[in-house]
Amino acid sequence: MGTLKKMKLVLAALTFYAVVQVLNLAGILNGYFMVIINRSLIAVIFAVSLNLINGITGQFSLGHMGFAAVGAYVSGTLTTLFFHLNLNHPFDNLGFLAAILLGGLMASLAGFLIGFPSLRLKGDYLAIVTLGFGEIIRTILNNISYVGGPRGLLGIPKFSNFTVIFLFALATIVLIRNLVQSSIGRSMLSIRENELASELVGVDTTRYKVLGFVVGAFFAGIGGGLLAHLLQIAHPTQYGFYASALILIMVYVGGIGSLTGSIIAAFSLTFLTEGLRVGIDWLRDTVGVPIGTEWTMVIYAVLLILIMLFKTEGLMGMREAKILIIKEKEG
Amino acid sequence: MGSIFSPQQIVNGLQLGAIYALIALGYTMVYGIVRLINFAHGDFFMVGAYAAFGSFFMFNFLLPPGNGLAFIVLILAMAAGAAIAVITDYFAYKPLRYKPKLSSLVTAIGVSMLLEYAFSAIPVIGPSPRGFPEVLPKQMFHFAQVDISNYVIVDLAVAGVLMIGLTFLIQRTALGRAMRAVSQDKDAAKLMGINVDRIISLTFLIGGAFAGAAGLLAGLTYPRIQPYMGILPGLKAFIAAVLGGIGSIPGAVLGAFIMGIAETCATAYNSLLGEGIAFVILIVVLLLRPSGIFGEKTADKI
Repeated sequence: MGTLKKMKLVLAALTFYAVVQVLNLAGILNGYFMVIINRSLIAVIFAVSLNLINGITGQFSLGHMGFAAVGAYVSGTLTTLFFHLNLNHPFDNLGFLAAILLGGLMASLAGFLIGFPSLRLKGDYLAIVTLGFGEIIRTILNNISYVGGPRGLLGIPKFSNFTVIFLFALATIVLIRNLVQSSIGRSMLSIRENELASELVGVDTTRYKVLGFVVGAFFAGIGGGLLAHLLQIAHPTQYGFYASALILIMVYVGGIGSLTGSIIAAFSLTFLTEGLRVGIDWLRDTVGVPIGTEWTMVIYAVLLILIMLFKTEGLMGMREAKILIIKEKEG
Repeated sequence: MGSIFSPQQIVNGLQLGAIYALIALGYTMVYGIVRLINFAHGDFFMVGAYAAFGSFFMFNFLLPPGNGLAFIVLILAMAAGAAIAVITDYFAYKPLRYKPKLSSLVTAIGVSMLLEYAFSAIPVIGPSPRGFPEVLPKQMFHFAQVDISNYVIVDLAVAGVLMIGLTFLIQRTALGRAMRAVSQDKDAAKLMGINVDRIISLTFLIGGAFAGAAGLLAGLTYPRIQPYMGILPGLKAFIAAVLGGIGSIPGAVLGAFIMGIAETCATAYNSLLGEGIAFVILIVVLLLRPSGIFGEKTADKI
């Protein structure tokens, strides 16, 4: 019984996986829907990992997609330019996994470097530094012709599929949940609530702040690598400020500090983006209203402002779904 | 072109610095009073540029390009910048004034996105860049191996006059004294009978007007405007304000001129360095002297 309860999250996730696969095989979910589901799962990885930095540890990162860019370009360069991995070779799939993990490691190295200034900076200053970091990454990528410069890194083999993305997303959720609900996570929460007080009771605030950045950046790098191998392109503009802001919106809409909220928001906003795009195309092409895709972002901006003004704690607040809570041992 | 630090680069840097200074003043004043990094401030600058663009075509029927027209366009650009700043503060920041600081910061990001995307979504404006008209006929002077256009003089003069006016307002008038009081201690200022909300609105008004003026100057100097034009200058002006010591008015001006000169010189050396120099400056300042050149050190209160 006990183990079954512990496995509830995994069981729920496997049910989701099975349902999607069956619907896909039955032809109800076509390729188009599968792409949206894959993108939603990658958005889950981004949102949950950003929530660890912004929500749990109480830091403020505006350059989350900068970490994703590191992961995308490192893994993309390895699979495409270095080793010319091929989808048809069974062993190349292992190479792909290694490249994704290496991308995540390089991203976490970047997270370590960015976590360092966070020792001295708070809130809004940190926001600017991380924003600057994201812009520096983008500028550098724009100027390295080896990885395509402003054209982007093209011709990345399509190693990412639903199964791989699903497994990585599940691993991200489980690992970050376990981290958050361990003593490390409680130390991180104490930093968010009151840094000075938590330092006074003996929490090594420096260590946990940097750890938050390193772990968050690692998963962002993984997500970036998966995205690059799904879209078969890594492009500097995919990882700019507004991409980071979109993830930030997911975290705030879902509820700052709630992993459940981030997961729900990542799914609903990715689907909403697609829905709005379809709706706007329909209005423009069929009805003849002269409107562009910019309205999607207008709607998101208004959504963000309204959430902050009227429901600052987001949809879920600090709550978690029951299956995401690890039960304490009784007695 | 000559060496990296040639007089020509310094002149270009001063011109760019004057525009940064006008934007940075708004950042630093708002930060000084409400402790908020107003992310949307760069977009007030963009709104000013579009207002200048629109008012040029409105009044060009009555007046030929020249000083008179430029003056009217300047006033309207400042009015537009001021209006959008006051409206933003009233609807987006005021309700959050006594909530955690990060919520206003996130709201500011939302406002910034809203302005940029709304401007590119509105069909009359549109996302594509537009050429900015010559509100003033351009003239070139050649002076000791340096090319100076009348735009350099106009940029520096407009920035200079506005800054002198602001210094006078803050140091010599009752209103300025009230502003300084609010920036020192909001609650005490309220007890002294100062209408804090009005002072905050006024701060946004002045900051927005300066950003609007900068919008016109940027349009004149670099004649291409688009809805996203405010992001980078806004960020760089903010960094200039941090460099000078955020909250300090002379600091913002000094920081902006340092930033302008550093950027033109770095670009002359290498375009990649030119794009990144602002962030390098930011990181160095924050690591070595986070309070900036004129900033005061603050300690956490327990």
